[in-house]
Amino acid sequence: MSIASQDTAIRTGRVMRTMIYLVLLLFALFYMLPLYVMLVNSVKPLDEITGGGMMNLPQAFTFEPWVKAWSSAQIGVEPTGLSPYFWNSIKMVVPAVAISTVLGALNGYVLTKWRFKYDTIVFGLILFACFIPFQIVLIPMAKMLGLMGLAGTTSGLVLVHVVYGIGFTTLYFRNYYAVFPTELIRAAQIDGAGFFRIFWRILLPSSGPIAVVSIIWQFTNIWNDFLFGASFAGADSQPMTVALNNLVQASHGVKEYNVHFAGAILAALPTLLVYIVAGRYFVRGLMAGSVKG
Amino acid sequence: MGFLDIDNTTKSYGAVEVLHKVDISVEEGEFLVLVGPSGCGKSTLLNMIAGLEEISSGEIRIKDAVMNGVHPSKRNIAMVFQSYALYPNMTVGQNITFGLEMHNVPKPDRDKAMKDVANLLQIEPLLDRKPGALSGGQRQRVAMGRALVRNPDVFLFDEPLSNLDAKLRVDMRTEIKKLHQKLGTTIVYVTHDQIEAMTLSTRIAVMFGGYVQQLGTPQEIYDTPANIFVATFMGSPAMNVVPAKVVVENGRPMAHVALHDGTIASLPFSQDNLAAWDGKDIMLGIRPETITDEDASDRKSKNIAPMMNRIVVTEPAGSDTFVTMTLGGRDVIARMRSDANVRAGEDFQFAVNMEKAVAFDPETENRIAP
Repeated sequence: MSIASQDTAIRTGRVMRTMIYLVLLLFALFYMLPLYVMLVNSVKPLDEITGGGMMNLPQAFTFEPWVKAWSSAQIGVEPTGLSPYFWNSIKMVVPAVAISTVLGALNGYVLTKWRFKYDTIVFGLILFACFIPFQIVLIPMAKMLGLMGLAGTTSGLVLVHVVYGIGFTTLYFRNYYAVFPTELIRAAQIDGAGFFRIFWRILLPSSGPIAVVSIIWQFTNIWNDFLFGASFAGADSQPMTVALNNLVQASHGVKEYNVHFAGAILAALPTLLVYIVAGRYFVRGLMAGSVKG
Repeated sequence: MGFLDIDNTTKSYGAVEVLHKVDISVEEGEFLVLVGPSGCGKSTLLNMIAGLEEISSGEIRIKDAVMNGVHPSKRNIAMVFQSYALYPNMTVGQNITFGLEMHNVPKPDRDKAMKDVANLLQIEPLLDRKPGALSGGQRQRVAMGRALVRNPDVFLFDEPLSNLDAKLRVDMRTEIKKLHQKLGTTIVYVTHDQIEAMTLSTRIAVMFGGYVQQLGTPQEIYDTPANIFVATFMGSPAMNVVPAKVVVENGRPMAHVALHDGTIASLPFSQDNLAAWDGKDIMLGIRPETITDEDASDRKSKNIAPMMNRIVVTEPAGSDTFVTMTLGGRDVIARMRSDANVRAGEDFQFAVNMEKAVAFDPETENRIAP
């Protein structure tokens, strides 16, 4: 009897599975549609788009919009393309991600393995940072940056992003280290390792998955940030997102949609790359804290 | 002054005292086992010796040097943890030498020490592996290697065998004992397993509720338990403790115990001091192996009391047969030889070795005899 019922289970399973896959495929296609539009229109001459053929494949294939967006499009007053702003973004993102991740790891280490009185309250306050809307901090932050002499500089932007990111990175690392066996820390203490040696030699080498989570999260957030960039960057430290806005919003001349599409893809490429390279570690890292007992 | 002195040491968390005035002096080369059920404070005490937990009051001294407030790495101790606590990102070799590296021992010396220890524990082939690629027994050895390489004054073991399967546990137990005999080191060992405590130790501290209930050699603990807790905690199956009444007959104190049908069995005590308890209720402690059939009774004993009682259940266990009967209204287990002619539901003539019997005060639960 059990065999018979298993049989029908397999048959209905097949039908159901086909259905599920069909629906999933449909959703995936729908989800991919914007990317399709961006891709095909970024390799068309402008007249093909203005002629009303948004959804069509390009008739005359060209990389010219890409080249233009990167190196010669009018951004603000200068025809520099997006490339200098791309490097601005890199110069901002890399240190901001690195510093906020290391600080988050240190916070997590202290909050789980060097417990002190009221540490949960401290953690709660740090967590608070995750829930503060960007807009609220704009004016006080501008004031602070001015006082520190960092207004309009890349360092200032790095500082802003580090401060804002610590809440999240601390949350990640704290939860990850909470299930990290405390006996290992004690063993290292007996072996004679101090606070930082335990951190560098024992804890960090075992933090791969959560470090990846933190890096991806911080990288995407900081790279995609527009508000802080628009508010605090000077003319020569504007990040990619602000430049893209200036490119698209330009009020003079013809709207070069193909160049805009290419520029938008260029702006999104790094985060896409990070996801493709480290995406599977991302999921693994998110799960790690919850599954391990 | 001993080698390791725990002097009126207490531990409190806030207003709650979890460890009350522990006073133990350990001689050099001793193997002290702290044993007790979970939550009795044994691991806390070990962590205080290690310096991982602060001492609330009192003193802990190693070689007469006060250890209060001294960092764990400066106490010249080594610890083997329950989970082994091997660093997952380092090889076995690096795990073993990490402590030496932290103490700035030069590399050639470290390598030599590592080789010696690896040789002693027969783990040379594992030195380049990561802990994740080792079996439980191998990890256990590496953890011991990491402790040994430091050549410490005191070894601390925190339930080191409880993560191993039953057979391996027995093997490793023997190995730890061999190691102790070979190296003659001072060991403090925490376990909840009373068999480990009995087999390994030179002295046992039985702990319960934050108090050391009894401190003594395994034989003392087993034969003259300080109270009912120690009596029932040590030994497997546990000591039978049943209500009885002391009645002096012809100048000799007897224990009157109710049999299965309510009739009274009269078992003579070997201890005369119980005469003072004439007419009073006591708790009578009888080890399972001291209730046998007549043929198997201890020939050296001068006080074998016959007792006819009904067998409730028999449990053959290969080497022994455990027989359950009702005595003083409670289930009592007798440990008989495997070929004893016992059947459930039948009356049987037991022989109780009353020389080994223990009497407790039912109020305080402390031992009153012997």
